[in-house]
Amino acid sequence: MAPLLELEGVSKSFGGLLGRRRVTAVRHVSFTLSEAKPEVFTLLGQSGSGKTTLARMILGLETPTAGSLRLQGQDLAKLRRGAGRRRLLGLVQPIFQNPFEAFNPLRHVDHYLLLTAQRFGGAGAGAGARAATEASLRQVGLSLAEVARRYPHELSGGQLQRLAIARALLAKPKLIVADEPVSMVDASLRMAIVNLFKTLRDEFAISILYITHDLATAYLVSDRISIMRAGEVVESGAARQVLTHPQHAYSRQLKDAVLVPRFTVGHGDGASAKSEQRQ
Amino acid sequence: MSPTVAANGETQRPTTETPREPVLRVDDLRAYYRTRHFGVGREVKAVDGVSFEVRDNEIYGLAGESSSGKSTLLKAVAAAMRPPLQVVGGTARLRFLQAKSLHEASSAELAQLRWRKLSYIMQGSMSALNPVRRVRRSFEDFAARHLRETGAAFEAKVVAHLSQLRLDKSVLDAFPHELSGGMRQRVTIALATICRPDLVIADEPTTALDVVVQKDVLDMIRDLQRQSGSSLLLVTHDLGVHAYLTDRLAIMYGGRLVEEAPTEALFGNPQHPYAKHLIASLPRIGEEAPKAALAGGPPNLAEPPAGCRFHPRCPLAMERCRREAPVMTRVAPNHRVACFAVAGSA
Amino acid sequence: MLATLRDLFLYNPEFRIGAILLGLIAGMAALSLASPYAPLDTFVVAPDLPPSFAHPFGTTSRGQDVFWQLTFAIRNTLTFGIVVAVLSRLLSLAIGLLAGYKGGWVDRVLMAINDTFIAIPLFPILVLFYFVLRDAMSWAALAIIMALLGWAYDARLIRALALSLKTREFTYTGVFSGMTTRELLVREHLPYVMPIVFATTMNNMNWSIGLEVTLSVLGFTDINSPTVGGMIYWANQHTALVAGVWWWIAFPVILVVALFIGLFLLAVSMNEHIDPRSRLRRMGAEGGA
Repeated sequence: MAPLLELEGVSKSFGGLLGRRRVTAVRHVSFTLSEAKPEVFTLLGQSGSGKTTLARMILGLETPTAGSLRLQGQDLAKLRRGAGRRRLLGLVQPIFQNPFEAFNPLRHVDHYLLLTAQRFGGAGAGAGARAATEASLRQVGLSLAEVARRYPHELSGGQLQRLAIARALLAKPKLIVADEPVSMVDASLRMAIVNLFKTLRDEFAISILYITHDLATAYLVSDRISIMRAGEVVESGAARQVLTHPQHAYSRQLKDAVLVPRFTVGHGDGASAKSEQRQ
Repeated sequence: MSPTVAANGETQRPTTETPREPVLRVDDLRAYYRTRHFGVGREVKAVDGVSFEVRDNEIYGLAGESSSGKSTLLKAVAAAMRPPLQVVGGTARLRFLQAKSLHEASSAELAQLRWRKLSYIMQGSMSALNPVRRVRRSFEDFAARHLRETGAAFEAKVVAHLSQLRLDKSVLDAFPHELSGGMRQRVTIALATICRPDLVIADEPTTALDVVVQKDVLDMIRDLQRQSGSSLLLVTHDLGVHAYLTDRLAIMYGGRLVEEAPTEALFGNPQHPYAKHLIASLPRIGEEAPKAALAGGPPNLAEPPAGCRFHPRCPLAMERCRREAPVMTRVAPNHRVACFAVAGSA
Repeated sequence: MLATLRDLFLYNPEFRIGAILLGLIAGMAALSLASPYAPLDTFVVAPDLPPSFAHPFGTTSRGQDVFWQLTFAIRNTLTFGIVVAVLSRLLSLAIGLLAGYKGGWVDRVLMAINDTFIAIPLFPILVLFYFVLRDAMSWAALAIIMALLGWAYDARLIRALALSLKTREFTYTGVFSGMTTRELLVREHLPYVMPIVFATTMNNMNWSIGLEVTLSVLGFTDINSPTVGGMIYWANQHTALVAGVWWWIAFPVILVVALFIGLFLLAVSMNEHIDPRSRLRRMGAEGGA
């Protein structure tokens, strides 16, 4: 079977015409995601590292200026046009950073789910779509009663992101590209969402491309990780390994910069949490 | 002198013990957004009875998620309120303030206060700096009047202050967009602290910054505070930042305070169910995954739950919680909690 | 919808005044159906009579009752304005949304055409049309010509909005939910575009009516079917002001000014109401902790 996603030497530059400076956002990035073995693959980087540009290329919203990007063995650029486009949209689904912008503020949120169920999920109109939507919402811990006929501002950031995941799920994708999915969500609701990625991987055989700047959530949920800086991948490998024993100077810098409290953190019973001090 | 009990149930320290008056004292502050559309009134109770104080020479943190009311509280304390936001009760007093409360102060008095006694560090550093003027001009606009220096003497002071923040004086001649995000934020901090105000209010000072730069800027803020002795009111949702920087910390939920303690005590021994959950949800590298999620979502401040605002989501909720709102009660020296289950008040 | 209009009427003074003005004018237009005199008949009453009970607005030098003439005139003028506005809105919406959303060569071609139309000087062209078409220049023809000339400015406005909407995340959500371009434009983007469309409709009506009055006063239109401009034309032909027949000019002018003001007030008040930001504020999406 061809790999689900294959990037080889992918680069993306902007500008360079009419005297404007050429900006290289992504430089020679290569990695592969297998369809047989779904995983949570994290792209870790700060702002300006190129991770969002890379995500947009994988979603088919931009084309690389160099290198090859293949989805299930086929060139993504070709899939973007014509008949292949529908297939592409079904295979790869996005989760965006700002949950309040991901849905039209003037429309009810549920209509996107019902539509996705019909157009990509193969459900019939009406009852079929509603049933599929209800099932998908249950997977993420919501119910149709909770979100039917609601506007985005009536729900919390956490609920909206879960809604976005439920919608993506309805398209029966093989890959979900999540661009900073929890950076705008309250801290107390983040882990619930990030843990859903593991469920998607294990129960639905969906690979997740998790794009973030937060090392802690990356540690807890990733299988493999690539650390990006200024458009390039500086270090790659098994997530736990890379994050506890970073090799590259920049990775070390990132890890050192994570704020460690000056004291031990407890759980309300006087005893402090078990904190493994690995160096 | 024996301790006195104030109207809101909080036990107060005898005044002879405190060396100096607290820099900021907020008493039962209530600030609502009142709007009227088509004859239908709407009242969002963003801050609903908050009392705390920021003491001399301390970093005081205010933590809260969305719908906690901390942004509104910030506006009230920074004397930056505009309709439809109104203070409907309580006071916010700054040390040496003539008026009874900040929101009742005349604009003349506020002008005297600003920058010399009270300054702010804002979230987007671009908003503090005029994008079409060089940085030098911002310093002249803000600080010259207060420092009462001109020309070379003023410049010398500014450069000295900048070097404290590890900023080269060439920064003065740059435009804001020519500086990196981290440098801009440091310039903003320099601007806010150059007059050595009694109180600096920082609103999410490092949220927009990269992890590496964030640590740098936070270290700098801490050094500056230790040297100058100004107090800092730090408002952010990021508990990691609070743990790293603050001396005392208060957590807000649904427009009210739920717990307040010295930071180490709060992290080591959180009492309120919400505080416990918030602190437990901090993921850390090298630790096991945190516990399960909290059900429900943040309260709607236009129609808040009756009684305790947290009761719909609280694992310890009792009948009393639905009817009455708990007040902040002392459970240990310097440690207050607003919860009937943990600190049932009489 | 009706509830919204009723609320606007009760609580928004601008809307109230605008609605009342427009209501009065529409009322007058409707009265034309009850006119005792046919619009084109002349010398049916004594000429040059000042306003009185029998003739509330007086009579013209051509022996027509000013009031009843005006009911026809206003009706025709209003119809003309509405037709031009609707036709040109359809054009500017379609072109603006398509150009903004599609981008690429579609956008470039459409905007090239658009800019050509903006650059064309309207008034000389209209006069040229008149001289070429002469008697074939009916009101329908003029309406179509003006609709074709009146879409360009607003198409660009709508395109600018479409461009910004294109990059908003909910557009992508719609795409990844399987929406077609048409569905996206109509169901997702249109609510944001409507305020501009509304404001420009009122402006467009004012523009087209103003131009119509100008052309008519100068005699460049079919001055036989009565319009407001036509009445002023005839008044000038008979040197009404000099002859002291001031009511022949005054009342048409007052009425058309009232129409302009009414349209303007309606546009301003409804615009503010439909604007997504104020809608969101009313729903409670903004202004919180």
